[in-house]
Amino acid sequence: MIRAACFALVLAASGASPAGALSPDELLDDPALEERAREISSQLRCMVCRNEAIDESNADLARDMRLLVRERLVAGDSDEEVIDFVVERYGEYALLRPTTEGANIILWVAGPAMLLVALGIGGGFVWSRRRSPARTEEALSAEEQTRLDALLNE
Amino acid sequence: MRMIAEFGHFALILAACVALVQMIVPLIGAQRRWAGWMAVAEPAATAQFILVAASFAALTWAFVTSDFSLRLVTLNSHSAKPMLYKITGVWGNHEGSLLLWVLILALFGASAAWFGGNLKPTLRARVLAVQASVGVAFYAFILLTSNPFLRLESPPLDGQDLNPLLQDPGLAFHPPFLYLGYVGLSMAFSFAVAALIEGRVDAAWGRWVRPWTLAAWLFLTIGIALGSWWAYYELGWGGFWFWDPVENASFMPWLLAAALLHCAIVVEKREALKNWTILLAILAFGFSLIGTFIVRSGVLTSVHAFANDPERGVYILAITGLFVGGALTLYAARASAMEAKGVFGVVSRESALVANNILLAVSCFVVFVGTIWPLVAELAFDRKLSVGPPFFDAAFTPFMVALMILLPVGGMLPWKRARLGRAMQPLWGVLALALAAGGLTWAIQTGQSLLAPLGMTLALWVIGGAAVDLWSRSGKGAPQERLRRLRALPGGDWGKSIAHAGLGITALGVAGLTQWEVEDIRVAQPGERYTVEAFGPWQYDVRLNAVNEVEGPNYISTMASIDVFRGDRQIAHLEPEKRVYPVAGMPTTEAAIDNGILRDVYIVIGDPQANGGWAVRTYIKPLANWIWAGCIVMAIGGMVSLSDRRYRVAAGARKAAPAPEGVPAE
Repeated sequence: MIRAACFALVLAASGASPAGALSPDELLDDPALEERAREISSQLRCMVCRNEAIDESNADLARDMRLLVRERLVAGDSDEEVIDFVVERYGEYALLRPTTEGANIILWVAGPAMLLVALGIGGGFVWSRRRSPARTEEALSAEEQTRLDALLNE
Repeated sequence: MRMIAEFGHFALILAACVALVQMIVPLIGAQRRWAGWMAVAEPAATAQFILVAASFAALTWAFVTSDFSLRLVTLNSHSAKPMLYKITGVWGNHEGSLLLWVLILALFGASAAWFGGNLKPTLRARVLAVQASVGVAFYAFILLTSNPFLRLESPPLDGQDLNPLLQDPGLAFHPPFLYLGYVGLSMAFSFAVAALIEGRVDAAWGRWVRPWTLAAWLFLTIGIALGSWWAYYELGWGGFWFWDPVENASFMPWLLAAALLHCAIVVEKREALKNWTILLAILAFGFSLIGTFIVRSGVLTSVHAFANDPERGVYILAITGLFVGGALTLYAARASAMEAKGVFGVVSRESALVANNILLAVSCFVVFVGTIWPLVAELAFDRKLSVGPPFFDAAFTPFMVALMILLPVGGMLPWKRARLGRAMQPLWGVLALALAAGGLTWAIQTGQSLLAPLGMTLALWVIGGAAVDLWSRSGKGAPQERLRRLRALPGGDWGKSIAHAGLGITALGVAGLTQWEVEDIRVAQPGERYTVEAFGPWQYDVRLNAVNEVEGPNYISTMASIDVFRGDRQIAHLEPEKRVYPVAGMPTTEAAIDNGILRDVYIVIGDPQANGGWAVRTYIKPLANWIWAGCIVMAIGGMVSLSDRRYRVAAGARKAAPAPEGVPAE
């Protein structure tokens, strides 16, 4: 459904038929270079779509970004340099894999930290259940007690 | 006949009134022990359901007869649309989908009334009252902000058509299943809140909550699988999961429902983990509400084709806050009253299920943080950033790996106190087999990442573990005797093994598809035949015969005729299309797929090229269908488990003595 939205957005923006996802004319002749381009592309998002990597996007802008990535690769940039270049031009928003800079560290640490907390609580609970001193039998509720009394008095 | 829409509107208002009564009267009755007041709940639940059903039928009628005097029909339908999509178009929009939401809510409420005869009267009254309170909030929401029955002053001659992407069988039935799941979790919520009011949770409560949760979970499984399958064949890229906020919105309740399912077993069998189970029931439905909020409000600007309206978003957020906040407040006040009973060793089924819950709950938390992080970063740190698949793959997958490593062992452990060595004994063979298969995979697929062999090992470990688990339940003795006993095993045992095997099958599919996919993008001239280079059995020849313009009922199509060969033998004829729906003004890609057990051949036709050729994308997708097959198997496992007569035997236990032939629990 994301793509549905993307189509709608693209059409609204361009008013024309979409340019199509990665097409044959964009591919690099050098297979090794092309493979690197694909690897980089999977980490870059189409700026006008939602959560869609540029390879998969039909948007014109995504095509521009694909061409840019290949241009930089042909010019001899390393993978990081290409990504840095894209971030400089389009902003952090273009990265599908968020950096670990600044507050983003919270995002990356949240899961493992929560796991530790949960393991602590869960482990503590399991340990405490190991040999409970007194088996706390559940007492009758007031209602049940009255019913029991009534039955006994019958 | 022209008044049917007004009739539907009126029925909806009446349903809201009935729900209001159902919310208040039985609650007071249960508090004061007034049997007459409590008894209001059941007929009210039935009446409420009939009224909403009538209202929904009225809206469906308007769509079927293309009554363009209704605003909703004009915006989302067209007279030339096929009948199936006229009907499914009822819920292919904001207002209609919410009406479906309350219809399912009322259905669950009514079934609790119909099948809840053996519940304690106060608990039943309270459950139905809580269920009705959720209904009241959503009726008010629909009637005040999203009324589907609004008329247009001057009806147009024809409608604006349904979003063409929604005109598809896969997507048409995606929302109803998803909603059956989301809304089904409301039952767990109602039971949890009722138990908190009641101040008592016991084994019977666990036995009651489990089938409802199971039903919700299995519908959610089917709904998510349908959405994923649709994305696979419709979006022209063949991805199956995108970690989009809208997908995550359905995945989070699924994870928590799976956790709830497992810990309710502990309540039922061992009367432990009660507090946690109650909390999980509240959170699971809370995430359903959050999911509804994310989808309906578009706050994370995952502009989900329909609905994008801040006013509505605020209302749903208020509903979410009210119910989750209220339930959690009640929880804080009352939960300590519910002490757990069971004593168990560090190595035991109980501990294994605690580990299961930790992994599922924390993985849900990871998905949640990743989903809302762009919003948080923008509001709190003024950074516009994205959180996409690379993050989720890295942060979420390890939890699933850990879960799958533990699963077969945990499933074999007995309750209370276990010996790891003994539980592992029947599993060593499976482990060896899984490792060997992983090693073999690694040897064959030279030079690729270790993820595929790892996936194979894990998947086989889980599937094999499930089989061993089931077999070991047949006891000892001659194989024929064991087979006979196997057939007589309760549905719960079968369901468990089937569902776990389903998880393994899905994992196998994910590993195969993500690691071994082959792609070929090229310009082909009509008549040209070429080879898609791939590993051994997955190498195919493709011939583009011709590309033609074809006219459909409400679209125009560019259709390619393509033959697929293996060697000299033709194995498939495929017709990938590009469609344009003139009324909606939208193009769609219709990939053509030759489905196979071991692979899909997936072909997409692209744009015409200057030299007279066409862009053709060919993908070989190994084990793709295993992903959804696994989901179906999981859902079947859920159904088999639901059929377990122990639910019914136990349910009848309050009225009559247990049936003499009753299967002993465990």
